[in-house]
Amino acid sequence: MKSKNVIKVENLTKKFGDFTAVNKISFKVKTGEIFGFLGANGAGKTTAMKMLIGISIPTSGDAQVAGFDVFKNPEDIKKNIGYMSQKFALYDDLTVKENITFFGGIYGLSRKQIEEKRCLLVEELGLQDIVNELVGSLPLGWKQKISFSVALLHNPKIVFLDEPTGGVDPITRRQFWEMIYKTANNGTTVFVTTHYMDEAEYCDRVSIMVDGKIEALDTPTKLKEQFKADTMNDVFLKLARG
Amino acid sequence: MLPIIFVLPLIQLIILSNAATFEIKNIKFSYIDNDNTSFSRALINKFEASTYFNVVSNFSSEKIASASMLKGEVDVILEIPSHFERDLSKNKKTDLSVIINAIDGATAGVENVYINQIVQRFNKNAQAKLIQPSDIVNKPKNISTITSFWYNETLNYKTFMVPGILVLLVTMITLFLAGMNIVREKEVGTLEQINVTPIKKHQFIIGKLFPFWVIGMGLLTIGLIIAKVLFNVPIVGSIALMYLYNSIYILVILGMGLFISNFTDTQQQAMFISWFFVVIFILMSGLFTPIESMPKWAQNLTEFNPIKYFVEVMRMVMLKGADFNDILPQLIKTLGYAILMNGLAVWSYKKTT
Repeated sequence: MKSKNVIKVENLTKKFGDFTAVNKISFKVKTGEIFGFLGANGAGKTTAMKMLIGISIPTSGDAQVAGFDVFKNPEDIKKNIGYMSQKFALYDDLTVKENITFFGGIYGLSRKQIEEKRCLLVEELGLQDIVNELVGSLPLGWKQKISFSVALLHNPKIVFLDEPTGGVDPITRRQFWEMIYKTANNGTTVFVTTHYMDEAEYCDRVSIMVDGKIEALDTPTKLKEQFKADTMNDVFLKLARG
Repeated sequence: MLPIIFVLPLIQLIILSNAATFEIKNIKFSYIDNDNTSFSRALINKFEASTYFNVVSNFSSEKIASASMLKGEVDVILEIPSHFERDLSKNKKTDLSVIINAIDGATAGVENVYINQIVQRFNKNAQAKLIQPSDIVNKPKNISTITSFWYNETLNYKTFMVPGILVLLVTMITLFLAGMNIVREKEVGTLEQINVTPIKKHQFIIGKLFPFWVIGMGLLTIGLIIAKVLFNVPIVGSIALMYLYNSIYILVILGMGLFISNFTDTQQQAMFISWFFVVIFILMSGLFTPIESMPKWAQNLTEFNPIKYFVEVMRMVMLKGADFNDILPQLIKTLGYAILMNGLAVWSYKKTT
């Protein structure tokens, strides 16, 4: 089970007019893996991710996510994945509790399941005091943690995180990565994009995109060997500067 | 926000229904009396007695009078010729000169009618006084019409306007709210989150429609109460029928709003397009200007105007007591429109790009 590929991507391409945002990328992600998806701003990470989560139709190539084809069954993919965007995307004018109920409902959870999930979340994240507060009034760190938890409400096979720790303090980042580890340990595959190269070290495997192409893909240790670098930061700089 | 949604339109209803009137009152009337006899004064007294005219000035010459009109101080100048009384009693004929400021042609026309009526009435009395009994035999019989005004016997302007303005308010509020809605989620980023969920397109659109539908029905309710209590507009027809029609009508407007919302990227764009439609719909609805007097092509265009049907239905049901069969044509067209607009709204909502 551990070795089964939950994401298979073959020559996936996305063009906007003459501009090729994603150029024939291919990779596989195993079940339960933490897969780091790195690249500079504008390298095509977000575009590639949007194709995988079924909200952007690829120009060409093939991709299977959670066993479904991105062209034929994007809606089936959506049932099996969670997504947390770089823009905070819960409803600011609903309370934490209402957000949980709302998104739980969209994913077809029963009232009882939502209730159980909510209690569990409140317990785990220590939300007792803020569960009835409007989400908009919470600090960013809290929002991100809640957002992540909401993305996991329906026990997805894969969770996609688009720069989840952008703009949060180091302590919260640390807590966030603990949550990611816990999630992966429970068998959920984590697909994460990030700018922080220290975070790349926490991933099982890392791909680095430059100008729409995947230029490197391996475990952090092997990448560092390959590029004769001490840190992922150096690996990234060597690649990105060409 | 919710109180604002309800309070603002109601203030509009109260203000507009009282202010937006086509009745012409307080006409600034002036005269030049070259005759200065009891007869000419009697004529002027008629104008003074009228509630429509305010006698503001008595000019000594036409030159001063024209200057005054140029400044906008007077709307109407009545010039009574010298020998007015003498000519009238001797020749039974004389001319009065009336000058009306006709920058607003419609107003001028109405003012002319008022003046003529007063002069006619004065004339009749004058004749009665002057005609010798022997002449009566030869006098042609006056043909007079007896008009009865149906459905609004007192010609109360508010009775006519309140249902229409109520329609406008329900339309504007629901269109703007719906128009801003999805595009706002685009701006905030929550729409992307919704798009990665397995929610069905029609579920999403229905979820978006429903709260505004409730608000629209609420607005109608409060508006009807105000119409009845404050303006004493008669509600002759079935209230249930009005609600039935309104419930379908709001769907048209909401579908339209969501369609706009789907096609725009920012709330400003959505607002701009919503305004475009609202202005056209209002001015071509028959609310302020009768559709019958529009050019043919414009009349054809009004067939696509949902507000037109709503105004018709409201006036028919409220004032005439029309029943289900009477409003069936409007109901069917509106229903078709609702299906079309919401179909477009669902179709244009793309979960993928």
